[in-house]
Amino acid sequence: MTTLDSSKEIQKNNSEVNETHEDFRMFGLITFLIADGMTFAGFFAAYLTYKAVNPLPDGAIYELELPIPTLNTILLLVSSATFHKAGKALLKDKNSDSQKWLFITAFLGIIFLICQLFEYFHLPFGLTDNLFASTFYALTGFHGLHVTLGTLMILIIAWQSRIKGGRLTSQNMFPLEAVELYWHFVDGIWVILFIILYLL
Amino acid sequence: MTISIDPQKTNNESLQPKGWLRYFSFSLDHKVIGIQYLVCGFLFYLIGGTLASAIRIELASPMSDFMPRDVYNQVLTLHGTIMIFLWIVPVVNGAFGNYLIPFYVGARDMAFPRLNAVAFWLIPPSGLMLVASYFVEGAAQAGWTAYPPLSITTPQSGQIIWILSVLLLGGSSIFGGINFIATIIKLRRPGLKLMQLPMYCWAMLGTSLLVVLSTPVLAGTLILLSFDIIANTGFFNPVLGGNVVVYQHLFWFYSHPAVYIMVLPAFGLVSEILPVHARKPLFGYTTMVFSIMGIVVLGLVVWAHHMFTSGTPPWMRLFFTIATAFIAVPTGIKFFNWVATLWGGKISINSAMLFSCGFIINFVFGGITGVALAQVPFDIHVHDTYFVVAHFHYIVYGGTVFIIFSSIYHWFPKVTGKMLNEKLGILHFIITFIGFNLCFAPQHWLGLNGMPRRVAEYDPQFQFVNQISSLGALLMAISTIPFLINVFLSVRNGKDAGDNPWNALTPEWLTSSPPPVENWEGEAPLVEEPYGYGKEISEIK
Repeated sequence: MTTLDSSKEIQKNNSEVNETHEDFRMFGLITFLIADGMTFAGFFAAYLTYKAVNPLPDGAIYELELPIPTLNTILLLVSSATFHKAGKALLKDKNSDSQKWLFITAFLGIIFLICQLFEYFHLPFGLTDNLFASTFYALTGFHGLHVTLGTLMILIIAWQSRIKGGRLTSQNMFPLEAVELYWHFVDGIWVILFIILYLL
Repeated sequence: MTISIDPQKTNNESLQPKGWLRYFSFSLDHKVIGIQYLVCGFLFYLIGGTLASAIRIELASPMSDFMPRDVYNQVLTLHGTIMIFLWIVPVVNGAFGNYLIPFYVGARDMAFPRLNAVAFWLIPPSGLMLVASYFVEGAAQAGWTAYPPLSITTPQSGQIIWILSVLLLGGSSIFGGINFIATIIKLRRPGLKLMQLPMYCWAMLGTSLLVVLSTPVLAGTLILLSFDIIANTGFFNPVLGGNVVVYQHLFWFYSHPAVYIMVLPAFGLVSEILPVHARKPLFGYTTMVFSIMGIVVLGLVVWAHHMFTSGTPPWMRLFFTIATAFIAVPTGIKFFNWVATLWGGKISINSAMLFSCGFIINFVFGGITGVALAQVPFDIHVHDTYFVVAHFHYIVYGGTVFIIFSSIYHWFPKVTGKMLNEKLGILHFIITFIGFNLCFAPQHWLGLNGMPRRVAEYDPQFQFVNQISSLGALLMAISTIPFLINVFLSVRNGKDAGDNPWNALTPEWLTSSPPPVENWEGEAPLVEEPYGYGKEISEIK
């Protein structure tokens, strides 16, 4: 019995056969992100339907303020750029530069989460106050979960890139590229979420 | 980027168990995983079947005398959920997909073997959770659809376990779908073109697209539903300002495609079986491919035909009626292609062929009632009656389960190297076919006359027809016995099958039976004409 890993060449029973295949881990990740995006699409569709057909009951409070989420949008967009810088640096074998940019990205992610929590604690409504309050917390919370996971993964790859020739090198960019794609995806979802929840 | 590898690293042969034990291990071999899916699914099928028998025993008399009404609701909920999420979906996708797809694309394993094993090992624990949810205080009793407000007002602990279990099974399904898409698109043997793939690959590609696009929506919906139950939010609770119809939209956005997730792989499997046993090329390969893709696209935009009585506005009714009726076109194309494949062939009447023909007969019947149900006036009349139950079982049992049995008869020699006993197989088919039609055909009449589904009691005028139906269910239960005897006897003492007992041309038959680890000694064969029957061997590349 052999292990066949997507990242590895196939192990042969027969030593004359020499087979290689391309790396399709990124393809798998993109497929997964499409699936993940569909979860958000379901949430967005539910929220927009509620907005269209369910009136806010009398006396219910559902008001959002713009400054913090706008700051958050900027934070995430900047973090996408800093992540990109990290990839560029790693490609040139500048591991310490790459690590620096990764830490900046993770830091921006953490600031985002703190701002989000700050907003949660200062909003005039709670999870179960009314339908829109619930939807707001479910959507932003689900997105926040994604940011949390992303930040953790950034910290892991930042640790992995600490030495030249370690797990993360210009020859093995996949972990960084995968997390970067995921991070851009989470940023993209935030932009849509920001438009739908705060601006519409 | 191409990957080069240190062969030393991947060689952990000694660490893996051998023989029967590997079926209980975290094996990465796609063939082992396929069998794990199949056997695990079949065990749950036996549980689900027992529950179905309990339902039919209850319905043999108009009063709820066999079990209390709430137990009846719990039993039918568990029956539906087990049969869909633990039998049909894992077996037609996971079992046959994992076993066959790597052969068909000329690969040695799936694209992501470790993810594959994870996807399988999610199933037994979540299945046990689901069964266990019946025994906690307040088992789920809102049906497999778990419609609120029923699902959030009835006792809730069982419902929460039910939700968690379905979420895990959905995750397993998504991982499997990602794996199939990557395997079919990316792992094809060099030189093998997409339009040369056996039809089951196309069916699995379409199915996996549906899985990846729609299952996450169900996951999101169930998360919201569990918030309603645990955290007292009001997403789907009208009392708290929520909207139950939103749940129905989100739920059916998954669960209508889920019908295609259950039946498209069966379309693929029957397209593999018919040409072999009729010794003719599959009729209309290209139209089959486009039909599958047409069904995938249309299948995503027909969900509200389940909701014609949920206050849907007229424009929505119009749109979804037309879209649903359109699905009959690609489905009809496939049906006629199968019939044309049989036409003039050298048909061998064996168990695999009989079950496939049974599928064609049952499926066309279920398809016709499906088109009828798409029409709003008719649908409003029979909504939530036994007509719907009959239609659904004609598709899912008469369609998919018949094909599962057909596939077991067809591929058993490949998996074990032994033939199944034909006499017992034909007996199995006859009892199943008669029992199935006896059980579900009368339910059309019951539904048209207004007998509601999911209720333990009914008007005494329906008793006789219900008893016929229960008799059919009894036959279906009995039909499992010859099948099980057959499998157990044949695994031990069956006739040796040789490598290719059917003289089939699809790639899985071009290796030994049972196949070696990594599928082929030497290079994978390039099969450009998987259905080149009726030609001299020398003509086939």
